[in-house]
Parts: sequence; C-alpha cells; structure tokens
Amino acid sequence: MTTSLFGERVQRLEDPRLLTGRGRYLDDLGRDALAAAFVRSPHAHARIREINVDRALDVPGLVAIYTWEDLPGRVAEPLPLLIPHPALTHGRTAYPLARDVVRHVGEPVVMVVARDRYAAEDACSLIEVDYELLKPVVGVEEAVQGGNLVHPDVPGNIGAHLVQEVPAADGRTAPEVIDAAPHKLEFRLDIERSASMPLEGRGVYARWDPDDGSLRVYSSTQTSTSVRMAIAAKLDLPLPKVEVIAPDVGGGFGVKIVHPWPEEILVPWAARLLGQEIKWTEDRREHFVSSAHERGQVQHVRVGFDDDGRLLGLDVTILHDHGAYTPYGIIVPIITATQLLGPYKPGAYRVEFSSVYTNTVQVTPYRGAGRPQGVFCMERTMDRIAAYLGKDRTEVRAVNLIQPDEFPYDHRMTFQDGRPLIYDSGNYPEQLRMIKELIGWDSFEEERARAAAEGRRIGIGIGCYVEGTGVGPYEGGHVQITSDGRVHVSTGLTSQGQGHQTVFAQIAATELGVPIERVSVVTGDTRRFGYAVGTFASRAAVMSGNAVALACRKVREKALRIAAEALEADPADLDITDGMVHVKGLPSASIPLATVAVLSNPLRYAFDEEAGRATQFATAASDDRPPVDEGEEPGLEGRDYYSPVRSTFASGMHAAVVETDPDTAEIKILRYAVVHDCGRLINPMIVEGQIHGGVAQGVGGALYERMAYDEHGQLQNASFMDFLMPYATEIPHIETAHLETPSPLNPLGIKGAGEAGVIPVSAVIAGAIEDAERIPIMKMPISPSDLYDLRRTATTDT
Amino acid sequence: MAEGARAAEGNAGVTTETRYEIELTVNGVVRAAKVPARRLLSDLLRHDLGLTGTHVGCEHGVCGCCTVLLDGEPVRSCLTFAVTAAGHEITTVEGLAAPDGTLSPVQRAFAECHALQCGFCTPGFLCTATALLRENPAPTDEEIVEGISGNLCRCTGYQNIIKAVRRAAEIAAETGEGAGDGAGSADASTTEGP
Repeated sequence: MTTSLFGERVQRLEDPRLLTGRGRYLDDLGRDALAAAFVRSPHAHARIREINVDRALDVPGLVAIYTWEDLPGRVAEPLPLLIPHPALTHGRTAYPLARDVVRHVGEPVVMVVARDRYAAEDACSLIEVDYELLKPVVGVEEAVQGGNLVHPDVPGNIGAHLVQEVPAADGRTAPEVIDAAPHKLEFRLDIERSASMPLEGRGVYARWDPDDGSLRVYSSTQTSTSVRMAIAAKLDLPLPKVEVIAPDVGGGFGVKIVHPWPEEILVPWAARLLGQEIKWTEDRREHFVSSAHERGQVQHVRVGFDDDGRLLGLDVTILHDHGAYTPYGIIVPIITATQLLGPYKPGAYRVEFSSVYTNTVQVTPYRGAGRPQGVFCMERTMDRIAAYLGKDRTEVRAVNLIQPDEFPYDHRMTFQDGRPLIYDSGNYPEQLRMIKELIGWDSFEEERARAAAEGRRIGIGIGCYVEGTGVGPYEGGHVQITSDGRVHVSTGLTSQGQGHQTVFAQIAATELGVPIERVSVVTGDTRRFGYAVGTFASRAAVMSGNAVALACRKVREKALRIAAEALEADPADLDITDGMVHVKGLPSASIPLATVAVLSNPLRYAFDEEAGRATQFATAASDDRPPVDEGEEPGLEGRDYYSPVRSTFASGMHAAVVETDPDTAEIKILRYAVVHDCGRLINPMIVEGQIHGGVAQGVGGALYERMAYDEHGQLQNASFMDFLMPYATEIPHIETAHLETPSPLNPLGIKGAGEAGVIPVSAVIAGAIEDAERIPIMKMPISPSDLYDLRRTATTDT
Repeated sequence: MAEGARAAEGNAGVTTETRYEIELTVNGVVRAAKVPARRLLSDLLRHDLGLTGTHVGCEHGVCGCCTVLLDGEPVRSCLTFAVTAAGHEITTVEGLAAPDGTLSPVQRAFAECHALQCGFCTPGFLCTATALLRENPAPTDEEIVEGISGNLCRCTGYQNIIKAVRRAAEIAAETGEGAGDGAGSADASTTEGP
C-alpha cells in the first residue's frame, strides 16, 4: 500500500448526490403507490367500544380500511419483544392495530389505504371511534404507587426490576461501605424525556410482485436485515421471497432501530393483500406521539468517600420510565446502570432500577441510550463531593480515574451485550489534562473575576464519560472486484448520515491499494448482504469497518495468488498500487487488478477488452485438475465477518463555560470544548462532524427539549413550534481535540464515535450553571424560567 | 403530510375536488399542472413534478427542509398552496447547479466543509444560503447564523454549515460566479397533475 486513505479527511462520496436533490429517501420512492394513513388514539388510556367507518366509505379514492379485527394470523399478534431479559418479568408489546385497549395517545387504531395521502386523511377524519376512558398513568412516581395500572396484569406497573452489586475488595456491600465512610452524601436527580427527532420521520413502502410471489419493502430503518426477517415471519413468507432496503435515511439517532414497527408489518401485509404498491410516510405529529422517546429517569444517589474525594461506595436507585410498551426490552436502564461508572473506580457499587409502565409513548434508545442519564448521575456526584470537601472538581475526578496501567479494567458487572464490563484501553489522566488545557480550567478564576467586574456571571463545568461501542454479535462485509477494475463493497448494516459510503471506501481503498474513485459501497440492502445486526450503539465503523477490512484482505490474498501465477513471482514479493499488482520495486512487472479479476473466472467470454488482455497471462490448465480447484471459487471476491469478544470502550471529556443573565436568567454557552478518544480515526472530518452533532443534541437536551405530558397523558408540545430543537443560534462553536488510544480488540484499532458527543452535555451544563449561580442544579433540562424559580427558592431558603 | 386536510366536498363519492390549471416556471422550465386548491406546493413539486429533492420535515413551516426560492425569495413550500405559485418562478435544489452540472459555490462549499450528514435538511439550507448570499455576498458570522436560523438540522450541530456559507461567499468572490441560482433557461414545457 503506497497511498493510505485511512485517517485522511476524505470528502464524502455521498455528497454530490445529496447536494443536487438526487438523494432517494423513503417518500421520494413509489410515486404511483397508494397511500396509507392511520387513525390514532386521542386518549392516553381507553377501551375501544366501537369503530364506525360508515362516513368514510364515500370518500373519493378510498381503497381499504382495516382494524385489528381484519388482521389474520401472526399479523394480529402482539409485536415481538426483541430483547428479552430475565429481569423483565412483565414485558408487554403492542398489537399492530389496537385491540380493545389503547395505552398512549398516538397508538394506531385504524389503517386507511387510499389513492393519495389527502384522500387517506379525509377518510381518517370521518372514522368515528367510541372510547370508554380509563384512568391514565403519567410519571414514574405516580406509576409505582400502582393506583392505576397501564396493563391490568402488571402489578405496580413494574415491568422490570434489577439489582446489580459489586462489593468492595473486602467483601462489604456498597450500603455497608457508605455507612462506615468518613463522608457521605445523599440526593435526588431528575432527567426529563427527549427524543431522537430525525428530520425525516419513519416510513414504509411495499411492492408485492404477484408473478414472482415476492415482496420488496423499503423502510426508513436502522436495520433492514431484521425488518426483513420480521416481515417474513409475520406474513409467513419464505425469507428469500422478501427483500428489504433502507434507502437514504434522513437521520435515525436510535428511534429507527426499533423493529418491526406496526407500519412495517401492516403496509407490506396490505400491499400483498391488495396486490398494489402502498406507501406510508410518517408526519411530524405522528412521530411525536407514535414513535419513541427516551431519557426520563428519577435517580436516588447515596455515596461515601474519603478526605480526598475518593469514592468508597456508591448506591444508586433508578426509576426508569419506559412508557406503555417494552418492545426493546430494558437496554436503556441497563446501560445507565453500567455506564454510570464512567472513567472511575467506584469502590463498592450497588445499582437498582425499576423499569416502569406509564400511559405515554414507548421508550427505546435515543443517541446515548441511557448514558447521558448515567453520566449526569456520576458527574453530579463528583461535583457534589468537590463542593462538600471544598476541592477543585477536576482534583476529585483525578483521584478516582482508572490509570493507564490498569487496562484491561474489569468492573465485575455485565454490560448491555451480556458480556463482562471490561474496558479495553484508554488514557483518562491524559484526557483530563487535555480538556483542562483546552478550556483553560486553571486560569478560569481570572476570567470569572474579569466577567464579574463587568457585572457578568459566568461558570465552568466538566463532564467525563466512557462509552461501550461496537457491540456484537457481528457484521459482515463482501468485496468484489469486477473485470472493469471496479471494487464493489457491501455490508448489511444501514446508513443514516454517518458517511459509511466514504469511510468503508477509505478502508477498502487502503486495504486493496486501489483509487477510492473505483470503490462503491452499498449498505442496508438485503439483496446485497443478508446478514447484519444494524446501525446503533456506535457500532457501524467498528463492526462493518473491520468486516470490510477482513473481506478485503481475503480478496487481496487471492488477487496476489492469481497474479503471482501470471507473473511467475512469489505472492510475498507482490504489492498492489493504484489498482496494479506488481513486483515490489519493479513496477514494470505488473498486471491490473481488472485483469486478475478476469483470470479468477475460468469462464471468459470476451465481453470486454480486459478479457482479451487476460489471454497473455493465462497459464496452461492442467488436465488433471478441475478448472475450479477444490477450495476455490470463481471470481475475485471475498466475504468475511467481524465478531468481537466484547465491546470496545471509547471515552471523552467535555467542558463548557456558560453565562447566566443576573436579571432574566437567560443561559448562554460561551465556550464548549471536547477531548475525544475513539481509537484510530478513519476520517477525522467525519468524526468531528459526529461530535458536533452529538453535542448539539446534548445542548438541546440540557436547555430546551422536553416532552411536556399533562396529567391526562396528552403530549402538549407535539410539534416543532413547541418542542424546542436548537437552531444555529443556540449552538456554540465546539472546540475539539483527539486522543488516539487504539483498541486492542479489533484489527483496525478503532472504537465507535456516533453517540459520544451527546453523552456528557447535560452534566457539563448543569455543572457550569451551578458554578455560575452557586445553586445546586439537580434537574435537567433547565430553562431560564426554571433557573429563575431556583433563584427565588434559594433566596427564600436563606 | 396534508395537515388540515378536509373531506372532499359533496357526498356519496360522486363529487371530486375542483382542479385548477396552473402554470409556473420551475428551475427555468415552464410546467403546467392541474391541482386541487388545497394541494401544497411541496406536494406539487415532489409528487406531481417528480422533484423530490425538496423535503418535508414538519409540515408546519418550522424546520425549513422544504425551503425553495419563489421569485428568488426563500419560502416554505409546505405552507404554500400550489395554486398561489401560478405564474411565479420556483427554484429548487435540483436547479441550483449550472445547466452543465457544475455545482454552485454553495453546493461546493457544503461538500468541502462537511456541512451535511444525512442530507435531509440540506436542500433547504442550500436554498436559504443561496438567497442569503445573493442579498449579502460577504456576510459576517453573525449574519450567517441569523440567515440560517430558520432551518433545523439534527445531524451537524450547524458548525460546518456556518463554515460552508462563509466558504461559499469566498468561492463566489474568487470565481466571480455569484451565489447563483443555477437554473438554466430552458423552454421545455410539460403538464403534470395528481
């Protein structure tokens, strides 16, 4: 390899398409398809008495109306519980269309199919559903009292309860250690709901081919392979008769990993039944009330520590709001419970969570997936210890950090992937040094004094996190070099803006020694690659990146073997540069990869010039050996899988300076700094973009975004007018620095980067506001009016 | 999508909506269509004319994904009835590049600065930035932030978008291209309708 593209700021191969309107998102497809629309529950909890569709039947363009009663066989069954867990003793999932009872506003009740969306919505508006109202359960603390039940057979509304304990070295439990500790603190923390909120909602487009008896489905999903298997199972179709494609996807951030969504079953089912193409495109209100939210937790913390602020024991009890259903199991609170530990050694640790039903939209992972809550908990704890001891907040963190010589570091817990929570590598003290330098931590008091002299109030905050990335079980890659010299790479996982077409092409170009212009990458198309897990948990680069590299190495090995025979050389003496296989140091003894591709296939009709060129290299076939030898395959292609023993742990530290207005309580972020370690960087430009976007979502979650449910379970702010996502005016300039601690777990030494930016932001901003205001900040997000109220309360208290 | 859609007038399924014949110029091409009064400009562009580069992210005028240029001014095509665009000139993302396919300074700058990730909001930003730079060829950073503050992006954190608009101004100044609306003049004319 002469020109390595690995690690370079390569411009994205996706962009020319996306910049000229040639992207193909879900609703851009199926121009002639019928449209589906849904009647959704206006109530948080109600029994369906009757559904009357009479008035809708006259709507011009109406094709069909379906309720639960119309659904056959497995389509009528509850949706699958994707990730069971022994602690999830009372898992419940929804029916694709409500059967008898609705459990949150937005639950689908009736599906309408019509000529276009206008007609479908006309029909929806004329369908009358008679409901008997039931008492809604809103808020985890109301839920655990168990007065009203979301599901009548789930006592106390508790879906799951899990306790994990890691005793101290001397065997004592965390509560015992805390009781005996020189210092102890106890407090409560609250985090409200937010949501992924991609700018493209969900959507499904299905085409049934009656001649072929096959189904092609496009879905705006983070996992096309699993959607395919779900559809085949639900519709009782042979798997090879179903193909699922994730086209361009306009953002995911977690919500699109859930599958199958009701619409992913209903739309293909109806398309097959009617023998017509059908498309459903989610609108924004539907996305707010019928997709998924995340974050909402109440945490009770007890901590014991020594005079230096060293953790001796930590005991955290979490109430986690998982909404009305648990299709995705209890991954989110499990991640909170484990990733709360961050870069620290907790001493004895005990964590207990109850995952609780409420009559609200279901909760499934949103970028960060439980980590922002866990980091908020631990970093608030660090800040409170520092405040209690009168120490610098970074000093308290420093004494608790895992040291570079302590890797691999075993937390003696079980992580989200069911594997031991063992950190593979990292350098946390160096990160702390870097972030302090980047933000100017040690000189901040002078800055504060200068600001104060101008009547301005500023504060500084810091937040540290460790993120398990690249969870298994596997991803695969397929690489084919065709006789025109083009390199075709495919992997099963999907893309939602991460630049996979670019980074996987960088990897392939580097491994194979070809110009990146000759490499094309396809993701999320089951016609090209059938086995995959999906894009979530900051896993795509780690999993598919390594799988593509391994597949390329197979192809390279084969190419060198074939070329060696043609060039009468030893494969070990060959290299590939710019698409030419050549003897090292002797560029004239060479053969194009395109020609090698021809030679790799004993069937050589002369379709192109390359076939003619290959003739000179063809070696005499032996009469005693078959043309395709044992263990060989025709073609210059290879497939391989990467399956890690466990996750690889990325990390980072953020710091921010905020200003709070003494009169209006307006909160402004003046500076935001990030030190980030995701191992070796494939494309620093793309990694920085991921960080910027993550931080922006974090800022949204810290200062603006909340799901405002009233006591009736009505979401009061289900539009972009009222749910305040940050614009450019709200996001500060983000300064970034990278540390590269390679992962020893995978061939490329990389770690995931997708979720990192969002994780510590609420903790950082809370710390900075607390530092500016000298008022404890125990609840996020925080608005100016929240801060104003906190000031008044603080004044009253003193 | 069709938020606020109402039932067709009349009953018994015999009445259909009145359709209006309209003519408008889209990316330099005269297009004719027959549309009901309630049909949105975004739906006309995307579903009747097949120009799917204009995206719809919220259907209520907040996110800016559907921004197109109407007589050079950025408008929300999801809040504009197609019939009201009759007789006007529309430029969509498909019309920003030069007729020979050369990307406009704004498009080039977005690629160079990694100002897009999933690309869904991008057409709205490109149209907005094109209009901004035509009005103000050398904006300050504050003016850039102000200029794009009506468009939501959930992926980039805006930092690289701001950088790209700044860079686009530089490219336009260096090459003398202007921000460009690209739309090549063509005299083809077609009729579409839902």
